[in-house]
Amino acid sequence: MSLRAKINLIIFQTLVFSLLFALFGRLLYLQVLENGKYKDAAISIQSRDIVTPAVRGAITDINGTPMVVDLPGLVVSIDRSKLDKLPDKGSSVLAKTAALFSLEYADIYQRTRLCGELPKDNRAGCWNGTRYQPIPLVGDASQDLALKVMENSDQYPGVEVQSVPIRSYPSLEGENTAHVLGYVGSVTDEDLNNPDINYYRNEVVGKTGLEVKYNEYLRGIPGVRTVLVNRKEVVTKESKNIKAVAGNNLITNIDSKLQAGVEKALEGAIKRARASGYKGDSGAAVVLEIKTGRVLAMASYPSYDPTIWQKGLTVKQAEDLFSEAKGVPALSRPLQGLFAPASTFKSVSVLAAANAGYSLDAKYNCPATVEIGNRTFNNFDSVAAGRLSLDVGIAISCDSLWYQIAYDEWVRDGGLKPKSNTNDYFFDAAKAFGVGKTTGIDLPSELSGRLPNRQWKQNWYDQNKDFYCNYKQRAKKSDLTPYLIEIARENCLDGNKVRAGDAVNFSIGQGDTLVTPLRLAEIYAAIANNGTYYRPQVARAIVDVDGKVIKEFKPEVSDTVKAAQSTWDFLHRALRMVVTRGTGAGAFSGFPVAISGKTGTAQVFGKNPNGSAKDDTSWFASYGPTENPQYSVVMMVSQGGFGASASGVGVKDIYATLFGVTGNKIDPTKAVFPNGVPTTIAKVDLKKAASEVDLTGIKVGGVKLK
Amino acid sequence: MSQSIRYRRASRIDFRNFDNLLNFAVVGLLLIGTLLVYAGTREWFRSYDLDPEYYLKRHILNILIGSLLAYGTTLVDYRLLRAYTPIIWLASVIGLVIVLIPGFGSKINGARAWISLPGGFQLQPAELAKIAIIIGIAMIMADREHANQDPTDLDVLKALAIAAVPVLLIVAQPDLGTVLIISAAILAMIGASGAPSRWVIGLLILAVIGVFAAVQTGAVSQYQIARLQSFVDPSADPQATGYQLRQSRITIGSGGILGKGLFNGPQTNGRFVPEQQTDFIFTVAGEELGFIGCSLILGLYLLFFIRAFAICRRSSDLFGRLVCIGVIAWFSFQAFENIGMTMGLMPMTGVPLPFLSYGGSSMFANLIGVGLLQNVHSRGR
Repeated sequence: MSLRAKINLIIFQTLVFSLLFALFGRLLYLQVLENGKYKDAAISIQSRDIVTPAVRGAITDINGTPMVVDLPGLVVSIDRSKLDKLPDKGSSVLAKTAALFSLEYADIYQRTRLCGELPKDNRAGCWNGTRYQPIPLVGDASQDLALKVMENSDQYPGVEVQSVPIRSYPSLEGENTAHVLGYVGSVTDEDLNNPDINYYRNEVVGKTGLEVKYNEYLRGIPGVRTVLVNRKEVVTKESKNIKAVAGNNLITNIDSKLQAGVEKALEGAIKRARASGYKGDSGAAVVLEIKTGRVLAMASYPSYDPTIWQKGLTVKQAEDLFSEAKGVPALSRPLQGLFAPASTFKSVSVLAAANAGYSLDAKYNCPATVEIGNRTFNNFDSVAAGRLSLDVGIAISCDSLWYQIAYDEWVRDGGLKPKSNTNDYFFDAAKAFGVGKTTGIDLPSELSGRLPNRQWKQNWYDQNKDFYCNYKQRAKKSDLTPYLIEIARENCLDGNKVRAGDAVNFSIGQGDTLVTPLRLAEIYAAIANNGTYYRPQVARAIVDVDGKVIKEFKPEVSDTVKAAQSTWDFLHRALRMVVTRGTGAGAFSGFPVAISGKTGTAQVFGKNPNGSAKDDTSWFASYGPTENPQYSVVMMVSQGGFGASASGVGVKDIYATLFGVTGNKIDPTKAVFPNGVPTTIAKVDLKKAASEVDLTGIKVGGVKLK
Repeated sequence: MSQSIRYRRASRIDFRNFDNLLNFAVVGLLLIGTLLVYAGTREWFRSYDLDPEYYLKRHILNILIGSLLAYGTTLVDYRLLRAYTPIIWLASVIGLVIVLIPGFGSKINGARAWISLPGGFQLQPAELAKIAIIIGIAMIMADREHANQDPTDLDVLKALAIAAVPVLLIVAQPDLGTVLIISAAILAMIGASGAPSRWVIGLLILAVIGVFAAVQTGAVSQYQIARLQSFVDPSADPQATGYQLRQSRITIGSGGILGKGLFNGPQTNGRFVPEQQTDFIFTVAGEELGFIGCSLILGLYLLFFIRAFAICRRSSDLFGRLVCIGVIAWFSFQAFENIGMTMGLMPMTGVPLPFLSYGGSSMFANLIGVGLLQNVHSRGR
C-alpha cells in the first residue's frame, strides 16, 4: 500500500468514526438533554381530552323552587369520523338529517366542517373542534324526531342523539325573570385564555345576569377523559377518566310568585299607559326588602324568552333583542335604564332644604309661575295653589315652591360667580342619597346614573366646548334654528357654570339628573329605614347538591344618610299624605294596607324614531306598610304619562300581590310572605322542575331515562 | 495472477473462516431490527384486523434469503468475482432501465425505484447496482497492483465510466440518497486506491458543484427540493415532509434515556411517523428502546466498522481492500444519512437503515455486502 493510500485510508477511517460520533452526540441531545420538550410534544400529539361538561347548578327562588335548572335535552350531533368512512363522505346522510329536522343542507354541511378544512374566507359556523368530537346540530330535538333517528340508526350512520344537560326554565309560577337570571353561552377565546379557570372548549359559561355573576359556583368541574389516539384519530387506549362534578345551586331572594305578579303589574301599567294614548315603550319594577336589601322581585319590560339561547339563537332573534323598534328587550332596565326621577326626587330636596335651614313646618308659597332671570318656570299644570305647608306641597307635588328655594340657595352660593366654599345643599343631599353612584347590586353591568353637580358641569363643558363654540360649522343643517344657535352660544359662553335654570330644575328631579329604578328603590328604602342603606342582593346562598350551605349572603349596610329624626318623620308624614290625599290618592283609593310613596312625571327631551316628541316618564316610588315598612316598591314606565295613573296603579297591584289583597279585602293566606320574608335558607327542590319535562321512553346511550 | 491463490470450496459452513465479531455485530443488528419491524407494524395491522405478524414473517424470510445469498457470496473466491462483475453490472443496469419504463416500474414517494413482481414482491435494482459498482471499480483500480503500479488517470476515468451509467439511471428515478451513497463509495475507493490526489480533490469539488447545479437547473424535482426545504425549516410544510421530520424528531426525543419499552411506544403504536418499518425504523428504536437502546445500535455499528477496517487492513491485495472500503463507505454513509435524517441532522432522503429496515432488496444487498467482507477476510490472510 502506498503512503498516500495509507493516509487516505486513515482519513477515511477517521471520517467514518466521526460520523458515528456525530450521531451519538445528536442522540444524546435529543433523548437526554431535550427529552422534556419532546415528551410534551409527543403527549399533545397522542392524547386527546374528551370533556363532559358538569351539570350546571340550578338557580332557585327564595323558597327553593327552581327558576333555571339543567335538564337532559336531546342533542342531535354528527360523528365526523364515522361520516368520513361512508362512500359519499356522508353527504346523503347529512341531506337526510337536514330534511328530517327542517334545516338547510348547506348550513349543516358548513357546520360539520372542521375550520381547517374550509378556505380562510369562508369559515363562518365551522366546527372549532376536532373530528372525533360529536358536532351538535340540533340543541333541543323533539322526542319524535330524535326517536326516528335512534330507531333507524342504520339509515343515519354517524348521526347520534345524546342526552346533554341544557338550561331549562320551568317557570313554575309563570315568571320570566330573564334579565335577572341571564343566560349561558359557549366559552370565548378570552375565557379560554383566563389564567385562573381552566375552561374547556365545549363548555358553556354565564354571559349575563346571575349566570355570569355566580358562574364560578354554578359551573362545577367538567369531567375529562383522556384517550390515546393514532394518526387516524382512532382511540386506542384510555389513559385517564375524571368524572364531572356537578355545580352548586344558587338560592336567590327572588320569590317566583311575587316576580310573576310584578311582571304582570308592570305589563298592566304599560298597557294602561298605551290605552291612555301614551307610547309606553318600556318599563321596570323593583321590590326590595327594606331591612335587608334583598331583591324580592325585579322586572324589565319588554322581556324575552330565555330559552332562545338554548335552542340556538337565530339571526332574527339576535337582532330583535337589540332592536330599537322592539324596545331593546336585552336591556335590564331596573339597573340599566336611566331616567330623570322628577318629583320622586323631592324627598331628596326635603333633606337639602332641612340642611339649608328651611323649616319643614313653615308654610310656603306655591304660585303658578316663577320668573327666574328672563325665563318663566311653570308649576306643574301651571296651577297656583296658594300658601301651603311643605307636607301638603309634597302631597300635591308643588314644583314652584322648590324653584324659589333652589334659586335662593343658588344666589347664596354666588350664582354665576360661585363662591369658593359653596354650600350646594341640593347636590350634597343627592350625593348623600347615592345619586350618580351604583348601588352595588350583585348583577353585572349596573349603570351609575348621573349627578349633574359643578364638577360634572365642568367635565361636560370640557368635552363639548368645541362643538358649541363652533356650532354653525359643526351642527347638522336641520339643527341651525335661531333657538338652538342661541342655546349653543350660551353653552359656549358659560356652559361650565351651574346656571339658575340648572339649580331650579335639579330641585324637582329634572334637567340632567338621571337615576336607575333600582337606585330610586334604594332611596325610598333608605327613607323608610331613617337613612340606613342596604346593598341590594339577589343571591341568598350557595348550596351544594346535598343541600349543604357553601356560602350565605348576609345583609350588608352599604351607606348611611345623615339627617335629623324630625326630617325623617316629616318625610314619612308627607309621603303618606301623597297616598291619602295627594297625587297618589286615586291609585290607592280604598287600598286596605297603608302605603307611603311619591309620584313622578318626568319630562323627556328628545324625539322618538318616528319624529314624535317623547312622552313623560311615569314613576311611582314607595314603601309599605307605612307604620312598619317592609318593602320598597318602585315602578317606572317610560313614556307612560302621569306617574299616578300608569305606575301608581302598577305599584298598588304589586302591593296587592305582596299582601294578598283582593279588592278592599286582605286575605293573609294569599300573601306572598304570610309569615314574613323567610329568614332561613330554603331546601332546593329540583323535582318540581323535572316533572315539567317528559322524557319517558327516550333511550339515551343504551340507558332508558326514568 | 499469482500462483499462491488457494482455491477453496467448503462443503459446510465453517465459522472459523469468518470474522465472528463482525458476524456478532450483524446478527445483533438483525435481531434488533426484527424486533423493531415487529414493534412498528403489529399495532397498525392489528387495528385493521390484519395479521400483526405479517411484516415480522416477511422480514425474517428476507433475512433468511439474505443470509443464504451472503453465504453464497463467501463460497466463491472474491478474486474470481471479477469474472462475474460484468454480468452483475449488466443485470443491475437492465434493472435500472426497466424501473424507468412506466408500467414496469412503480412509483413510491415520488421516485421510480421499484420493479413490481407478482405476489406483491418488489425489487429495487439500485441496491444491486451498489454491489456492481463497488466490485467494478475495485477490479479496475486494482488492475496494476501485480505490476506494483498505482492506478493511472486512465484507470480512474474507466472506473468513473463504469459507475456513471448506473448512477445516471438512478438520478433519473430520481433517488438522490442512493446517488450520494454511491458517490461517497466511489470517492473513498479512488482515494484509497493510491490514485493521484487531484482526483479525490477534483471529485469532491465536482460533487459540490453537481448538487448545486442539480438544484439550480431543476434536474432535481420539486419533490426533492421540498424535502430539502423542509429540512431547513420543518414547520414550513407541516402536513407533508416537514410533518414527517418533526414527528420523527419528537418520537426519538420523547424516548428519553430508558425508552417506553418495546411494543409500548405511543407514537409508534399510533403510527404518527410514516414509513416507520422502513426508512424511519430508527424512530421506533428511539421511542421504545431509548438512549440506551439506540447507543447499543450505534455501538454495534461501531464494532462492525472496526472489524471491517481490520479486514481491510489485513487484506493481502488491493482488490480485496478496495471492496472492503467500498462496502464500509456504503454502509457508513447510508447509516449516517438515515439516522441523521430521523434526528434532523440530514435532509430527508429515502434510504433504508442497513440491517434494521424492512425491505427485501436492501436486506439482500446488505447481507451480500457482509458476505463480501467475510470473503475478503477468509481469503485475505
